[in-house]
Amino acid sequence: MADIILNKIYVKVWRQNSPKAKGRFETYQVENVSQGSSFLEMIDILNDKLILEGKDPIAFDHDCREGICGMCSMYINGHAHGPDTEVTTCQLHMRKFHEGQTIVVEPWRAAAFPVIKDVMVDRSAFEKIQQAGGYVSVNTGGVPDGNVILIGQDDAEEAMDAAACIGCGACVATCKNSSAMLFVAAKVSQFAKLPQGKVEAKKRAKAMVAKMDELGFGSCTNTGGCELACPKSISIAHIARLNREYLSAKLSD
Amino acid sequence: MSSFMSASIGRKFFMSITGLFLISFLIIHLTLNLFLTFDDSGTLFNLAAHFMATNPFIRIMEPLLSLGFVIHIIWSGWITLENMRARPQKYEYGDQQLSWWAPSKNMFILGSMVLIFLVIHLTNFYLKMKFTGDPLLSSVNIDGTEMHNAYALVSSLFMNKGYGLLYIAGGILVGLHISHGFWSAFQTIGFSNQVWLKRLKAVAVTVGIVFAVGFSYIPIYFMIKF
Amino acid sequence: MSTLNSKIPAGPIAEKWTNHKAKIKVVSPANKRKLDVIVVGTGLAGASAAASLAELGYNVTAFCYQDSPRRAHSIAAQGGINAAKNYQNDNDSVYRLFYDTIKGGDYRAREANVHRLAEVSPNIIDQCVAQGVPFAREYGGTLSNRSFGGVLVSRTFYARGQTGQQLLLGAYSALNRQINAGTVKMHTRHEMLDLVVIDGKARGIIARDMVSGEVKRFGAHAVVLATGGYANVFFLSTNAMGCNASASWVAYKKGAYFANPCYVQIHPTCIPVHGSQQSKLTLMSESLRNDGRVWVPRKKEDAEKLRRGEIRPNDIADVDRDFYLERRYPSYGNLVPRDVASRAAKERCDAGFGVNKEGMAVFLDFKYAIERLGQETIAKRYGNLFQMYEKITDVNPYKEPMQIYPAIHYAMGGTWVDYNLMTTIPGLYSLGEANFSDHGANRLGASALMQGLADGYFVLPYTIGDYLGNEIMVPKINTNLPEFEAAEKAVTERLEKLFNIKGKTPADHFHKKLGAILWDYVGMSRNEAGLKKAIEEIKKLRKEFYADLLVPGELKNVNPELEKAGRVADFLEFGELLARDALNRKESCGGHFREESATEEGEAKRDDENFAYVAAWEFKGVDEEPALHKEDLVFETIQLTQRSYK
Repeated sequence: MADIILNKIYVKVWRQNSPKAKGRFETYQVENVSQGSSFLEMIDILNDKLILEGKDPIAFDHDCREGICGMCSMYINGHAHGPDTEVTTCQLHMRKFHEGQTIVVEPWRAAAFPVIKDVMVDRSAFEKIQQAGGYVSVNTGGVPDGNVILIGQDDAEEAMDAAACIGCGACVATCKNSSAMLFVAAKVSQFAKLPQGKVEAKKRAKAMVAKMDELGFGSCTNTGGCELACPKSISIAHIARLNREYLSAKLSD
Repeated sequence: MSSFMSASIGRKFFMSITGLFLISFLIIHLTLNLFLTFDDSGTLFNLAAHFMATNPFIRIMEPLLSLGFVIHIIWSGWITLENMRARPQKYEYGDQQLSWWAPSKNMFILGSMVLIFLVIHLTNFYLKMKFTGDPLLSSVNIDGTEMHNAYALVSSLFMNKGYGLLYIAGGILVGLHISHGFWSAFQTIGFSNQVWLKRLKAVAVTVGIVFAVGFSYIPIYFMIKF
Repeated sequence: MSTLNSKIPAGPIAEKWTNHKAKIKVVSPANKRKLDVIVVGTGLAGASAAASLAELGYNVTAFCYQDSPRRAHSIAAQGGINAAKNYQNDNDSVYRLFYDTIKGGDYRAREANVHRLAEVSPNIIDQCVAQGVPFAREYGGTLSNRSFGGVLVSRTFYARGQTGQQLLLGAYSALNRQINAGTVKMHTRHEMLDLVVIDGKARGIIARDMVSGEVKRFGAHAVVLATGGYANVFFLSTNAMGCNASASWVAYKKGAYFANPCYVQIHPTCIPVHGSQQSKLTLMSESLRNDGRVWVPRKKEDAEKLRRGEIRPNDIADVDRDFYLERRYPSYGNLVPRDVASRAAKERCDAGFGVNKEGMAVFLDFKYAIERLGQETIAKRYGNLFQMYEKITDVNPYKEPMQIYPAIHYAMGGTWVDYNLMTTIPGLYSLGEANFSDHGANRLGASALMQGLADGYFVLPYTIGDYLGNEIMVPKINTNLPEFEAAEKAVTERLEKLFNIKGKTPADHFHKKLGAILWDYVGMSRNEAGLKKAIEEIKKLRKEFYADLLVPGELKNVNPELEKAGRVADFLEFGELLARDALNRKESCGGHFREESATEEGEAKRDDENFAYVAAWEFKGVDEEPALHKEDLVFETIQLTQRSYK
């Protein structure tokens, strides 16, 4: 953990005061940033400086700062969550940047994710997709013993691979079509692999895809960009399963 | 059905099916074209061209093929338009996740270029053979059957350096388009998983290379040989 | 001093819950439709409660400050969830889980609540499986278990290192189903800023829309707080940046007693602090202690060389390593409870054996487990944790031991509740980490998830009926009542007050200072003089805060600094209560260690004669001393003994 100090870096960041306001880029200088600091800690330092200078700090989403809540969402130097693999913005560390570098920070760009302020975007479209069918319809109570439903280890593992989605939206942000297919696929695929989820698999696939289309996400052209940007490395093989689930559901209509 | 056709996965489904259909056509096309290089007298190729022009099954497939092209082209335009609408504001610092030339990112551009090539290609051959005719197409008699001397038309064109290079470019464009399109089509119809994804991608690149090399080989053969 | 009525049902411990359920009121479906319930917070407790109540037919309005219910900090729990399933045939039982939890909590939890928790624990697993939570499985398809600190059986269910995430997504999916059905109205990016009490009953909340800045009124027949713990009062903790105590604090100021605030859990396996720019601490799951061995160098000169970077940890031979947990606690070894492991680490570092530059770290070594089980097995068990560690520290834990140090993690204390989970304000409930009831003075690993879901799925949906059964004649709460108006006005005025100080110092600076005071004097080790000093310092800091706070931006727009200012203002009051409670409790127990109360070996010494009670504090005014109410802890089933893990 040898911490090298970056004496000076530049942050070129999108500033937009409200959803309807016109945005623009502003460039700020940040001094004395430890390379052991996280990217968001660097933004904290910048914001502190802005506040003391009487300026409005940069609004950004963040919460757990350990890569699991999915709240943080910055598009940094052409990468959703920045230039590192399998990380969220909060897990990105300053050792990925060098002295004097200009770092371009943008919000997720998608029609379905309008900017709220600066680099904070509205991802409620994801909520609506989940609400459309991202569940197994069971009420609390009256369920069988956990071991009554046997699930092979491989199936459980594959379901878990998909279930690891944190709903951050990096897939949408990085996809050139702003497609939400990986996000939807993660949920559909998780349930399709489990006997509990199979019961209403057809209904779920149709409802979630219909909602996704309605909300203005683009369609998938299989570039695979999403899987590279995904902090949890969710495979696009799950998209194939979603396609399969959806097509077979539609065929049996 | 209408909801399926306008749904994102539905639209993609049509792209996949027509794409795979067009690939199957290209396989036949390439195989027959390679006859050009097996027999410098042109007999083999002329026989093949005659077979294609007269066989009833092929005659039926011809309008279907055109329909495949039309759907593939119109749908791609539709999808691309919708996809552009999904991101009204572009990034300042463009995507660094995939390299700029990745075929997957440029399918519409590659496809459009292939389309331009296709138009030239059709004017060069199909139009002349079918409708306008050409002095080079004077009929030949092979084993008692009168047929067009398609070989003369094709070989003369490929001996022209400009057209030769154009057809090489066309072959490479088609190859690049298919190196993504092939596995992408299987992915879209749901025929893929963790294991097959890797296999299909490898097969797609192979198929792309076969088309690129195969189609380029023919003009190169003529440019070098004659 | 008034007596607190905990409403613990009579009868033998194993029958209390069953008897209680049989006796409490049930609301008819037709009447449920007429009743509104507000649920604040959408973590495990909040989401499960909101979904379950809506399934029953109540009209639920739910709130969270994040942009989605799925982002609540329950999501960060890694290791697992306990349940007395006895799937491993290792003689686990409801009683054993009950006993372990009481003992782990150092005999400061309420027996009846803990037994109920153990009783419903198997149902939680069944429920989650039915929802499609992808728990780890054996080859035969049955559920898999792992062991955790402080227990001798293997009863922890897990989904890789993301158990909290998977359980929360399960509850979130149940919640989404109800939102879709129209039975839950979800308000994201809303922060509760006041509780509305009418005629002594909780009747609604005032919340600020964090996007528009608008202050809004919401009425209901009952209000449920599932707003998590207060660990962020320390500034550096494993909690999410937004975790705060404000909802509980406004409830406290409106008359809900606050219990045992001094019980704070310090988690032994966190990534050590580096430098001064750190914003939060990252936890490494306790499950790592299953296979990792904790050590420091046996020789001080080795530790010094490590600190100077002259040698690498692997240069130190096995004989020169001090596996101090195995040495001090041979029977539990690396799996002693969290409070014990944390203090032991601090003891070694204070003695000069710390291994990082700051001297505030010990090693957690997987070398031995990798030798025994192979790297593949270890990767399968902890792969994502190892990856996370490497991303943060740039050190590969497969090759070099991890560095860990204790950090503030969880709040055992919280709003006082009775057996029905109702606070001292009728109609106000508190669930999960926000209440105080089940973990005593120390929480066992993998029990927080269990408690959150138990409260939300299986306790509140029953007990709330007992209260709402009397409310069926009450019409929809009118938010134009003067009480709402006054509460909204108070909230607006307070926001304006904070905003208009226009000083020179941003809220974070005060928060950091408060955290430093608490960590120094009210941290892992506490004494009378330090606690008194802390109270004075906090008072001073609070004055500074109101004189010199700087809130930029606008009142009616997204303004994270305004949000922070409000939370820090509450922490500045709460921190004082935390120190006061620690000062009052002159014994050592669980996470609360008073230097005045230790054995000769330096182990914590409880004082059951004088302190076997819950300290519930009543608000008397910001600068007034709060009133102490005691709920005596009666142990009918378990005999109190000095905890030993030796």
